[in-house]
Amino acid sequence: MTDVLIIGAGHNGLVCAAYLARAGLDVLVLESSASAGGMSATRTVSDDYRFPGLAHVTYPISKAIRKDLRLDRYGYSTGTPIDTVALDAHGQHLVIGADAVSGTDLPEPDGAAFPAFKGRYLEFARKIQPLFSNKPPRLKNMGFADARTLARLGWNIRMGLGKEAMYEFLRVAAINIYDVLNEVFEDDRLKGAIAADAIMGSAMGPRTPGTVLTWLQRLQGELNGPLSCQGGAQLVDALTQSAEDAGATIRFDAHVEKILIDRGKAFGAELADGEMVKGKLVISNVDPRTTFSRMVGAPRLDTMFANRVTQIRGAGVVGKLNIALSGLPEFDGLSESQLGNRLLVAPSMRYVEHAFNHSKYDECSEHPVLEVTLPSLHDRSLAPDGHHVMSLNIAFLPYALEGGWEEQKATLAYKVISQLGDYSPNLKSLIVDHEFLTPLDIEDEFGAVQGHWHHGELSIHQSFMLRPLHGAAQYDTPVERLFLCGAGSHPGGGINGLPGRNAAKRVLELGGVK
Amino acid sequence: MSIDHTHFRQALQRTPFHDRYAAMSTTEHWATWNTYKVPYVVDKLSTEYFSVRSGCSVMDLTPMEKYRIEGKDAHAYLDRLLTRDLSKLRPGRVTYVAWCNDDGKVIDDGTLFQLDEDTYRLCSQHHQLDWLLMSAAGFDVRIAVETHDIAALAVQGPTSYSVLTAAGIHGLEDLRPFGIKKLQCDGFPVTVSRTGYTGDLGYELWTDPQNALPLWDAIFAIQGQYDIHAIGLDTLEMVRIEAGFIMPGFDFNCAEATVRNGYDRSPYEVGLGWVVNLDKGHFTGRNALVAEKARPAQRRLTKLLVDGNKPVGEAFIYAGKNGKQVGEVKCTTWSPILKANLAIADIELRNGKLPESLWARFDYQRELKWRTAWAECHAQSKPFYSPEHRALTPPRRA
Repeated sequence: MTDVLIIGAGHNGLVCAAYLARAGLDVLVLESSASAGGMSATRTVSDDYRFPGLAHVTYPISKAIRKDLRLDRYGYSTGTPIDTVALDAHGQHLVIGADAVSGTDLPEPDGAAFPAFKGRYLEFARKIQPLFSNKPPRLKNMGFADARTLARLGWNIRMGLGKEAMYEFLRVAAINIYDVLNEVFEDDRLKGAIAADAIMGSAMGPRTPGTVLTWLQRLQGELNGPLSCQGGAQLVDALTQSAEDAGATIRFDAHVEKILIDRGKAFGAELADGEMVKGKLVISNVDPRTTFSRMVGAPRLDTMFANRVTQIRGAGVVGKLNIALSGLPEFDGLSESQLGNRLLVAPSMRYVEHAFNHSKYDECSEHPVLEVTLPSLHDRSLAPDGHHVMSLNIAFLPYALEGGWEEQKATLAYKVISQLGDYSPNLKSLIVDHEFLTPLDIEDEFGAVQGHWHHGELSIHQSFMLRPLHGAAQYDTPVERLFLCGAGSHPGGGINGLPGRNAAKRVLELGGVK
Repeated sequence: MSIDHTHFRQALQRTPFHDRYAAMSTTEHWATWNTYKVPYVVDKLSTEYFSVRSGCSVMDLTPMEKYRIEGKDAHAYLDRLLTRDLSKLRPGRVTYVAWCNDDGKVIDDGTLFQLDEDTYRLCSQHHQLDWLLMSAAGFDVRIAVETHDIAALAVQGPTSYSVLTAAGIHGLEDLRPFGIKKLQCDGFPVTVSRTGYTGDLGYELWTDPQNALPLWDAIFAIQGQYDIHAIGLDTLEMVRIEAGFIMPGFDFNCAEATVRNGYDRSPYEVGLGWVVNLDKGHFTGRNALVAEKARPAQRRLTKLLVDGNKPVGEAFIYAGKNGKQVGEVKCTTWSPILKANLAIADIELRNGKLPESLWARFDYQRELKWRTAWAECHAQSKPFYSPEHRALTPPRRA
């Protein structure tokens, strides 16, 4: 019998598989689609054009994972650093780098304040890193590792930050990014762009409490290195090879319907065609709501736990628009060399908040937040010679759009393209093909319930020891021999591989398959 | 149809039997039970008590929480809800059950009636609808409150069988304990179960509220022939302690209503380990109970025979006279039929065992002057009172 079954060959599933295979366990990954990578995998649209998955910009994966799994040997490298361009309707764009910002009409104090501000928040992010790279500590019946994590966190925040910075950290940790940015900056474009980073992927506006924390979570990635247009495909290839070289097997087109349980112990998975695959341990990289409510089923769980699962908040609010182009679009005020950057349409925090407000009422804003990249500028193989692909993340698109997506999908794609046409007059004339994934499509394509990138909101009440929920926050679950390793678990989404790594460590800490 | 907006004028609801109770009440000593007006004592406590132990008592059970659970998955649903193995339950049978929260702490106990293949009635002390509905996720079941739609009457005592037979309810001779039968009384249907909360021979009668008064009248029509008394909650409290029955919310906290950490109790701790089956498959609280079973028991509700005749209510229990405090008394009664001083106490165990010697330190008044005294207590494992005639089928005629 296989030692470990991992459900889902998304990047976290692969990280977990590689770690466990390296520890000597016999690992089988069951993937429902025909290729690995999940949301990070490259997508093909009309043969000639390929697109990065939902993760079209990424930070490098953590050094520990890179080293442990020898990813560099398997072809992983960090991509070319890119800047962020905050698009302006009048062509007065801002260019925001890792530690500098420049642009026409940027108030001088803002330009001067930015490096210190960014530095301070990266420092905050660094100090809370122990919380992300370890299993979340349990407060009741704390183990030694839990106590160590908390001690390091406390030491980092108090001694590492110093008194003044610690006070500032404690002040901002749970508040909203809107207030914080207004305290420091004047420029709407700059504030809009930073705020967009804090909320992208979450059902939150800049004024939502906890958006400083979501930004700090994003900055965890920046601690590993600068943002690039690398996408997830190269990482997925490296992880796949690393896992397979260590002895793990990946089986494609194996759609798991049910987790098999006998007397409270998981012992395998039942596939859509009825085949039963057995394993001594089952690890689910599928989102917690699907794992517990559908694959395990409420009847096999305790009442309150099953009920809490249904209360996990996480309706996706980001859509993905992939556009195949017959040439390189021109943007007013941007040179050709600048087009390889990440382009943001988030001209002010007010704009972002408005876009979010509509989604609260199951409506689409006429003015969504857009994150635009031209991946083919970084990887020529994605499009035929002279042609290009453009990738857009669109926020906020409600999962449960009033009136349904079927009717309104085409209209919305048209509106978004028209909106972007204001910045790039020749864009429309270059369009060869497009693919639009609404949150509903993302749910269908990637199996993530309600199409949420992170398998559940990264809100404070669903973070750390409460992620995905009390009773399953340390990767083991109420079902014996069933573990979680996906983005729904601590420390959450993004392409960081940490849930997969922490889960593997937890499995080994609890004795592996013994 | 117009909506009745006047119910608020009446602070307490009246049961379908209320008119008869009211006519009989000489004490006007009324209690509230689940929003209904019911008697503590109707006329005289001693008469009412002895009607249970040596005659026939009648008590209105309508306020008891009743839920109808039906549907294709009703059995599977109940199996996941309740700690007990239900594989032997059949249509026409009743079983005593308890249910726990995720932490394996008792939420409530009650009786489960299997009325038909996929139809059950669950009776409980406390309102449970929210928990029952929350537990229904993933099951094809319908759950409805039927508390107010069914008139229920407990007829209990050594002569109860003869009384009901004489009152015209025929067919009880082969009704075994925990059995259910659908019978007739004076031309209307009445469902009879051989169940009760007195530890004596007895029946519970279930009928449509419109038949409530005819049912009552049919029973009391033969009052000249038999000693029949309507009883109140005070009598019930005495006889249930004699029978060793515990009451959730009084003898221990109901889990989901407990605020303080550690103040709720597991089935093992309240002496309900016998309704827990850890091998039957998953049920809510199972994981916690498996873990608890692996450790020595920490505490246990214990039946105590107390020396002397002074009630030891609101008393602490000590390991030895002047010893360490190890528990507290939850309920007490003087048992007239046993001529014994009874108590049920929550006692801490050591290495899973009761302390060798148990003493109650209690306060009592003599001519309004408070005194403190000690009484030795003797733990009992069996019910204090369990007469042989209780379980005979057919029951003894009187």
